[in-house]
Amino acid sequence: MPLKIVHILALLMSFSLFSSGTVYAGETEEEFNVGEMIMHHIKDAHEWHLWGPDHGGTSIYLPVILVDGTSKVFSSKHFYHGKEVSFELSKDEEGHYMEGVGPAKGYALYHEKIYKLKNGQMIIKDGHAENAKPLDLSITKNVAFMFMSVILLLVILFSSVKFYKKNGAVAPKGIAKFVEPLVVFVRDDIAKENIDAHKYKKYTPYLLTIFFFILVCNLLGSIPLIGANLTGNITVTMFLALCTLLITLFSSNKNYWKHIYATPGVPMALLPIMIPIEFIGIFTKPFALMIRLFANITAGHIIILALISIIFINKSAAWGALSVPMALFISVLELLVAFLQAYLFTMLSALFIGAAVEEAHH
Amino acid sequence: MDLILPDFGLLFWTALVFVLLLFVITKFIWKPILSMVNEREQKIAESLELAERTKEEMKSLQAENENILKQARAERDGMLKDAREVAAKMVEDAKTGAKTESEKILAAARQSIESEKAAAVAELKTQVASFALEIAEKVIRGELSSDDKQKMLAEKLAGDINMN
Repeated sequence: MPLKIVHILALLMSFSLFSSGTVYAGETEEEFNVGEMIMHHIKDAHEWHLWGPDHGGTSIYLPVILVDGTSKVFSSKHFYHGKEVSFELSKDEEGHYMEGVGPAKGYALYHEKIYKLKNGQMIIKDGHAENAKPLDLSITKNVAFMFMSVILLLVILFSSVKFYKKNGAVAPKGIAKFVEPLVVFVRDDIAKENIDAHKYKKYTPYLLTIFFFILVCNLLGSIPLIGANLTGNITVTMFLALCTLLITLFSSNKNYWKHIYATPGVPMALLPIMIPIEFIGIFTKPFALMIRLFANITAGHIIILALISIIFINKSAAWGALSVPMALFISVLELLVAFLQAYLFTMLSALFIGAAVEEAHH
Repeated sequence: MDLILPDFGLLFWTALVFVLLLFVITKFIWKPILSMVNEREQKIAESLELAERTKEEMKSLQAENENILKQARAERDGMLKDAREVAAKMVEDAKTGAKTESEKILAAARQSIESEKAAAVAELKTQVASFALEIAEKVIRGELSSDDKQKMLAEKLAGDINMN
């Protein structure tokens, strides 16, 4: 059964690839650019590109929300179906940006970022736009994907709770049977294991929330067509790491700071070196959390896309015999990584919180 | 480059969604699920403890039963032994009783035989004496029937005396 799902996944994966980026039948002259296609896939966008060419393919146009004096809400269609402006990027390279039309008039979309036109044009130097940016609170692909994931998560969790409400404290059945072991795992093997026995209860809900949030986003993210690279987005991992950092700092006790400013057992002469190291350590730990999740999930997406791209680079379906099994293997590995990274992020968060609330041992 | 640069819009939505999610599921999901799991774990722990206690109780009960059984067995053995002893004593008593009785009877019989015998001997003696007297009378009558004979007797008697 799981194998079947994986097969379907692989199938969808290859299907979605046809849709990705600039791949459209050999008729066009445009060179297939793997790097561009992959970057396009793993980065955020204002549209949900499903299949077909970049311009004129099938996409779901997501709402753009701009706060620029007044707030403006309109469909991103007004950018993607706007006026394409070409300019000289370098000697023999051409750049493009999309000038908004209709409600998007006065704005332009360049590399998925919205800029305010200055005197009706973009000022681009060495590929960098120098125009002012309005506050962009658009429902981008990642935001839409996050809404979807959270809704799915809520559906799963609320139906689990419904089971307990109906049946009381009995052995779980149905969806609760899937959720409960994970909850118990986070509580016993992550929270209880790393945080003092009489303090872990306070932090368990947070740990459970990041675990399930990351897990669901990781898993959904690896489904072609509906998956976005949310947990492989630096903004999201930064926010999650920031939460852990803030919780660590706000729940830290005297003992924690004593370990930083007067590490016990360290000779006085070493303290001038130790203090900066320990102090930097406060920030490097969540920084590592941020990078780890971002890099792992993004790398997974990149590898799968690159493997599937073998077919398109060589312009022969026969290469599928090589690239599909390899992509399938990596997809299965990504399932493991999805769980592993959710576990690691949660476990390390618990570890940092545990260190912050630990009482001195005598 | 913008792959590793945070985007404010996404940060805003992530923060909003995550914080809301955290509060909603803490209140409506984790609290009820964790309390249910705790409750069940407690129930299981209690049940296990109860089972353990019951086992202990059963064990002690069994030991008690064993004790009672042992006691009963010992008592029974004692009773049997007593009964056997009593029986043996009764038999013994009966035996000795019978023996003394028989001895008594025998003694009585012997005594009566003895006395019978004595009586018989006495009677025999008197009979013999009377026979002797009769015979002596008859002899003396014959001896004294003539003068010569009287004289001879007297002389014999005198002779016997002299010899003494």
